[in-house]
Amino acid sequence: MKRIISIFLVLVLTLTLFAGCGSKANENEIRIGINYELSGDVASYGQASVEGIELAIEEVNKAGGINGKLIKPIKYDNKSDHSTATTLATKLMTQDKVVAVLGPATSGAFKATIPEAIKNKVPVASGSATDDSVTVDENGVKEYAFRICFTDSFQGTAMANYALKNMSATKAAVLMDSSSDYGKGLAKNFTDTFEAGGGKVVASEAFVAGDTDFNAILTKIKGNDFDVIFISGYYNEAGLIIKQARAQGINTPILGPDGFGAPELVELAGADALNDVYFSSHFSVLDKDPSVSGFIESFKAKYGKEPDQFAALGYDLAMFVIDGIKRAGSTDPVAIKDALAATKDFVGVTGSFSMDENHNPVKAVVVVGIENGVHATSERVEQ
Amino acid sequence: MEQLLQQIINGISLGSIYALIALGYTMVYGIIKLINFAHSDVYMLGAYIGYFCMTKLNLGFLPSLVIAMILCTIVGVTIEKVAYKPLRNSTRIAVLITAIGVSLFIEYVTMAIAGANVRSYPPMTGLMAESFNIGSINITMQQLITLGITILLMVLLQFIVKKTRIGKAMRAVSLDQDAAMLMGINVNSTISFTFALGSALAGAAGIMVGVYYNSINPLMGMLPGLKAFVAAVFGGIGIIPGAMIGGYFIGIIEVLVSGYGNSMYRDGVVFAILILVLIIKPTGLLGKNIREKV
Repeated sequence: MKRIISIFLVLVLTLTLFAGCGSKANENEIRIGINYELSGDVASYGQASVEGIELAIEEVNKAGGINGKLIKPIKYDNKSDHSTATTLATKLMTQDKVVAVLGPATSGAFKATIPEAIKNKVPVASGSATDDSVTVDENGVKEYAFRICFTDSFQGTAMANYALKNMSATKAAVLMDSSSDYGKGLAKNFTDTFEAGGGKVVASEAFVAGDTDFNAILTKIKGNDFDVIFISGYYNEAGLIIKQARAQGINTPILGPDGFGAPELVELAGADALNDVYFSSHFSVLDKDPSVSGFIESFKAKYGKEPDQFAALGYDLAMFVIDGIKRAGSTDPVAIKDALAATKDFVGVTGSFSMDENHNPVKAVVVVGIENGVHATSERVEQ
Repeated sequence: MEQLLQQIINGISLGSIYALIALGYTMVYGIIKLINFAHSDVYMLGAYIGYFCMTKLNLGFLPSLVIAMILCTIVGVTIEKVAYKPLRNSTRIAVLITAIGVSLFIEYVTMAIAGANVRSYPPMTGLMAESFNIGSINITMQQLITLGITILLMVLLQFIVKKTRIGKAMRAVSLDQDAAMLMGINVNSTISFTFALGSALAGAAGIMVGVYYNSINPLMGMLPGLKAFVAAVFGGIGIIPGAMIGGYFIGIIEVLVSGYGNSMYRDGVVFAILILVLIIKPTGLLGKNIREKV
């Protein structure tokens, strides 16, 4: 009896295996894989990105597709799990025969899919993997991996230039989250650029994620004379630092990275304390650029809400890959990879960019200013 | 000089919190020789109860404080009845492991219910949001209120322990449980009362931290709990005034290390103090050497 059951089970399993191979490539469509976090821990990143991607594909298909061929997105949920992301990337490349894979959203999950991309010679591209080592490591550039967002540590450089040029600051205090690569990379790049540009970092203090009492280090730096404070950290600690700094009467402008771009910052710092705070961002709905307002309108029409930075990056990511396919003039993934690497002056809603030799975009940073807890101003800062 | 004074003020408000938590550790240790690791989680619960009162029930600071203290008392006594009382005659290591288990249980149940996210207290208004300057020294009302409530609670505690019948019973039980029982003291209810007192203080510390730092999470008790434990050991574990002195001492040392040394060594210095105390004077600052009678 046991034997019969096991034979039956084997048969069922084999059949499902064949069933999975049923989808055949259609000559008149171009398949693009979407491998995003639609559920799990970072579902909000993935969902917003996919909304942007689907809007872009819809617009391109409405306009006649790529050289007469329509784009067919094949969407999977990697459940915010790295190994699922890898499995899905393999599935998209080998079974669904996509020409390129978009996503995942986070650096860790995206990195996990890159070996598959290299093995199967299919490009992968992410809109929001900002970790420095995503596209390049000690072995050189990863040929099949692309991103369209600036890197974590680049923001340090951008904010230092903003402080020097736009705020005419000459002296800065740096508060660094020493428990993350993000915080350390940012603080180093800010300090290097600021000092190379003629500024001076007069005080530099460190904290670790999870700290709640910053009064001691704030009292310590208060004795120095400085024009701006740069906080290299995420909103959890930055919110508390801003609150405690303002309570101590430190009223200089405060600069930070995209880690400030969460609504929790306002809750932690309190709207009264959040004045004269500027952070680098990928996108702002306040941006007056005409391409941005058009995107915001069509996004609102489709989804009934304002796009966030992940949606904008998702939109640009899809447009970037579609642009690459057009220029490649074929659906061969290797040709598309070469076209993506050669991207020049691509115009997107998160800024125009060209790809550098490390597959990182050279693009402007949007600096968002907060007044009374509300995003009040936005400014594009070119490199 | 002004910076030093400002740093000491920062240290005193931090120390008040450590002192309140340390009192709970020290009282429980004094009476049943148990390091109650779940104590720092009662402190965390205090912060969450305060958060709930202020955001969901829209209560003010003082009513929330009272509710947090009452509910934490109930939690503390329940922990004692459910987890420690059945082990009254077991080895001390069994009770200690249970305490760690209870601690993890509370942390992760809170995480399951309230989520792992950091939550922030609603902004304070009126008197609580004020601050004033003396020279260039800045003092916030929240710092003063934290200090005021801490001192008030400590005075109240001293009064209960030294002047009331139940306090006398507590001291008797901590001296010798069996003899106290022979004298007709209800040992079980005295131990419960000790847990109640300690938990109420931890609850008060929790809500004050929530208001002062504006940020709470389910694991917030871990590090302050350990430091309060160091404070209790520093002052002499089991001795109530020792815990107060230890708490303020640790708070001020921590701030001075951040302020004049390197903020990265802050936690290291605190635990180095623990090691030094254990090597040089294991009974703590106020501890006396009690000779074992044979």
